[in-house]
Amino acid sequence: MDKNINIKVKIWRQRSPKEKGFFETYNLENISQGSSFLEMLDILNEKLINEGKEPVVFDHDCREGICGMCSLYINGHPHGPDEDVTTCQLHMRKFHDGETITVEPWRSAGFPVIRDLMVNRSAFDEIMQAGGYVSVNTGGVPDANSTPIAKDKAEMAMDAAACIGCGACVATCKNGSAMLFVSAKVSQLALLPQGRIEAARRAKAMVAKMDELGFGNCTNTGACEQECPKSISITNIARLNREFLSAKFKD
Amino acid sequence: MSWLINSSIGRKLIMSVSGIVLVLFLLFHLSMNVAAVFSAEAYNTICSLLGSNWYAVAATAVLAAIIALHFTYATLLTLQNRKARGSNRYTVSARPKGVSWASQNMFVIGLIVCGFFILHLSQFWYNMMFTEVLGHEEATLCDGTTIGTTDGAAFIEYYFSHLWVVVAYLIWYTALWFHLTHGIWSAFKLSGGTMRYGSNDGKLSPTFWLRSSSSASPE
Repeated sequence: MDKNINIKVKIWRQRSPKEKGFFETYNLENISQGSSFLEMLDILNEKLINEGKEPVVFDHDCREGICGMCSLYINGHPHGPDEDVTTCQLHMRKFHDGETITVEPWRSAGFPVIRDLMVNRSAFDEIMQAGGYVSVNTGGVPDANSTPIAKDKAEMAMDAAACIGCGACVATCKNGSAMLFVSAKVSQLALLPQGRIEAARRAKAMVAKMDELGFGNCTNTGACEQECPKSISITNIARLNREFLSAKFKD
Repeated sequence: MSWLINSSIGRKLIMSVSGIVLVLFLLFHLSMNVAAVFSAEAYNTICSLLGSNWYAVAATAVLAAIIALHFTYATLLTLQNRKARGSNRYTVSARPKGVSWASQNMFVIGLIVCGFFILHLSQFWYNMMFTEVLGHEEATLCDGTTIGTTDGAAFIEYYFSHLWVVVAYLIWYTALWFHLTHGIWSAFKLSGGTMRYGSNDGKLSPTFWLRSSSSASPE
């Protein structure tokens, strides 16, 4: 049964990208375990505003786990201790009475902190602009089966397309590598006939942009796959390696 | 071919290929050592076949170059990755379930492997090949014992009668085991092998080889 709990939240406060950040601990009483993690932060912010203090800045948008806007490194895990959910889908019933919850922003050279818990993830947009698209207009929805696609390929492409670009993979990677994100974006197109044509150019351009933006080198630890809220498989990374290497060897 | 050095996947390819060559060397070394278990005479025959012959010296030079390459890139990649991680570290961080400890500590384990490797070279390679290259037929060890440079079995007997050497080698093998369980798996992953059906915990299973070859191509 959900009950009301008293908690302490230890939150990273940082006024601007250049200033030094620090932790501040807040006490919260009577938080329903049925509320979501972000609702708990809303309650905290309301309290801070009523006290005349600066509210905590954090990213959020759809609050149904699909937009990829929410982030937060909660108790050592991106998107918190629950499995396969984003922070907005995380509920307070995953925490117990009296617990101190540590909330940090994504920490990575590729994602500089803007303020408090909000980080700049526009590096992902730049990687997408480098080649994460199909160059021609493919028109409206085609008739079913007019372009036959094997079922296993369609499923693998859909699984890769589930990536919401939240950046949890980079946040949890000890190497600060963006390979899971890039590999999902390369895979979702490379597996389908419409995207296959530009697959080699796309893999080269997106990897080059990823390296240029200062993301690290993947060492296949698999932490990204474990922490990914959408369970993107590192099989995609192997596929990206293959696409990239075969493109380079062909040149 | 500048992409080999300038791209992250290129640099990882260098690590993976040099690592695989070193694994092949270990297998070669192991197959020779197995002879010593059955017959000292057979082992010494192998030792004299290699000795300081030109092909053995040439192969040693190539091997040294590959080790240097593997080590240099390991250092470079570790430094780059630390930089990519950023200057602010997490206050609380947890290793996710299913991520092997070895995979996150490859550089440190590699350093342990390197340390014992130097000990191993000083005990065997220095007294066997190197002494022979200098033109001596016998090596004088620190306690005054002299052993012929191609009498490998005697070297094994001499060193492994010391308990600390046995313990040191067991530690070495353990470190090497952890390094290779992640290293070999990762090398195959990099060159495009996938573990589509299995767990990704970095453990090598007998069916891994089949899987990595059968699912290597998406076509």
